[in-house]
Amino acid sequence: MLDDFINQFWPSTVDGLSLGAIYALVALGYTMVYGVLRLINFAHADVFMIGTFAALWTVRSMGVDQVGGFALIGVVVVMAVVAGAVAGGSAMLLEVTAYRPLRKRGASRLAALISAIGASIFIQQLFGTVIIRHVFGTSKSGGKLPVNEHFRKLKTVIDIGPIHVSNDKLIVFVGAVLMMIALDQFVNRTKLGRGIRSTAQDPETAVLMGVNIDRVVQTTFLIGGIMAGVAAALYIVRIEQTDYFVGFLLGIKAFTAAVLGGIGNIRGALAGGFVLGLLETYGSSFFGSGWRDVVAFSLLILVLMFRPTGIFGESLQQARA
Amino acid sequence: MNLSKKANANSAASGLSLDRARDAWADAPGWARWSVYLLLVIGALLLPNQTIGSFMAPSSTDWASMLSDQIAIYVLLALGLNVVVGMAGLLDLGYVAFYAVGGYTIAIFASKHGWSFWETLVLAIVFSALAGVILGAPTLRLRGDYLAIVTLGFGEIVRVTAQNSSYVNGPRGIQGIPHPPTLSEFEIMGVQPLKYGLLDSRPYYYLLLFFIILTIIFVKRLDRSRVGRAWAAIREDEDAAELMGVPTFKFKLAAFAIGAAIGGSGGVVFAGKQTSINPDNFTFLVSALILAGVVLGGSGNIPGVMLGAFVVAWLPERFRFMQDYRMLIFGAALVLMMIFRPEGLWPSRRRKAELAEGTGGMGSMGAEVAGPGQAAAAGEVGK
Repeated sequence: MLDDFINQFWPSTVDGLSLGAIYALVALGYTMVYGVLRLINFAHADVFMIGTFAALWTVRSMGVDQVGGFALIGVVVVMAVVAGAVAGGSAMLLEVTAYRPLRKRGASRLAALISAIGASIFIQQLFGTVIIRHVFGTSKSGGKLPVNEHFRKLKTVIDIGPIHVSNDKLIVFVGAVLMMIALDQFVNRTKLGRGIRSTAQDPETAVLMGVNIDRVVQTTFLIGGIMAGVAAALYIVRIEQTDYFVGFLLGIKAFTAAVLGGIGNIRGALAGGFVLGLLETYGSSFFGSGWRDVVAFSLLILVLMFRPTGIFGESLQQARA
Repeated sequence: MNLSKKANANSAASGLSLDRARDAWADAPGWARWSVYLLLVIGALLLPNQTIGSFMAPSSTDWASMLSDQIAIYVLLALGLNVVVGMAGLLDLGYVAFYAVGGYTIAIFASKHGWSFWETLVLAIVFSALAGVILGAPTLRLRGDYLAIVTLGFGEIVRVTAQNSSYVNGPRGIQGIPHPPTLSEFEIMGVQPLKYGLLDSRPYYYLLLFFIILTIIFVKRLDRSRVGRAWAAIREDEDAAELMGVPTFKFKLAAFAIGAAIGGSGGVVFAGKQTSINPDNFTFLVSALILAGVVLGGSGNIPGVMLGAFVVAWLPERFRFMQDYRMLIFGAALVLMMIFRPEGLWPSRRRKAELAEGTGGMGSMGAEVAGPGQAAAAGEVGK
């Protein structure tokens, strides 16, 4: 156990960071929607799943014929743009159809949660039965969709000091960090970002100050969707295949990351994502890979026992400091 | 379930007339109520009848096993979850864990150690209640959504642990769980209701029906007692309850343990009927569906919760002929039902009042400010 852990320390760290980057990006969507609406957006995981299909479709239809590390960056950018656009659009559509009517009727959060679960089932089944079959032309059984062979040739290994890193993991990490910086700047520097923060803090006052709540909610879903889409593109770069239920477990993990960092807190979600990714990978090299999810959720329970509102505490507006 | 008659009456008479029916029910003399209860029980006993089945079940499916394997189990589990979510107002997303504890208890003790069904039933109830306490004790200090994600995590921990433990055969699960022993061979109207065999599902349905009736009586008595009032106080405002001297932690733990025990008993019957279980029987989807049943029916209202669980268990089975598309339609139906009846199909009156005030027990969504036009909408819901 301990020997495995020590031998695997650097590879685990690299794996954990690139996994944590994906968790963190997805966690942003959960935490922002929660901050504004106090709603666990269960269907966010499926927005991510839609993104993986968009990214996969892009990479398959691009027909990459180059070999080498730097070509990968260009491919990833195209994938991220397409997946981000598709996922962002889906998230906005989701908000309009499944949440806005409930919000207008003043429904309880529990009703909204059930609506979210229903939307999640719907999206999963839509991809499992209709999209995979008619767009990708595969049957549901064995519906795992891999990327094409050319794409795999783009991956190489780079040495940084004593550590071997494959270029895809590096790109995942750097890409995710760039997105996070962009989001942080958006929320803290722009007018719309201020609207989001004020709505999270006190919706009533925000309305009185002229904030358009519907627009804020739409923007929040759009940004969450874009982040999930970029995460999905990075996921395809790393994992190289997808299926209609990939969102579920990753979504739960990402939500766990958001809670770990303090839900509603953007920087907390980022930290939570990396902490969860790292500890989960260390844990699975320590206890064996079958126990990976148990490690993640036990960690969550342990942290919440001592820090009942997450590592950094709640609320979007505190992230400003 | 036995609610179908009432449900029809409900949908026919909506709005104010429903309130009138409720007033009449509240004013009705004892004998009238008891005769309605009796009629409902008789209706439930006659429910596995093939004539009803030909309408309720698709032609290829056995209506009696649909009743016992899906509907009655879901109704029982929803009644248990209703204690936690509906009465005490604690959001539990990992309720399936207790169902799994019950199922695995009988699987281990009956098939490996040769205990009888009834002995393991008692043991499983104790174990699942203990599991509720073990989960609740460290986590019940958490509020709202933190509790939700922790319970979700606990549900996954139980499932993944079962998947990784060679003691319970990992993903293959445990086979050869004995049926409950036959109590009596007596036959009535072509059924042997106490003979638990392989072929006939009806005895299991009657067993579950017995559990359901016991649970209803138990939960109803609890709801009317000091415990129920404490839960209501915690649900409405936990801080205020604590200040008024309600030991909130103790009562929340009790809600968890009681809900868990009911879930565990469901798991025992499920395992005894199926004779084999594996971790895939206990996925998050089960927790989500049972919660959907509770909220859809009308969280906190016992007949409503039973109606909701019935709908959630019955709809996907009834539309099995649509094959792959049935879950697709089910997902859309959940969203639509929540949009058109956010308070549930058959809410309790008190919950309706809470909803009109905009708090809804579990609190309302943020960013929900009564702008122009929205106040009118809120009034509409409150009628």
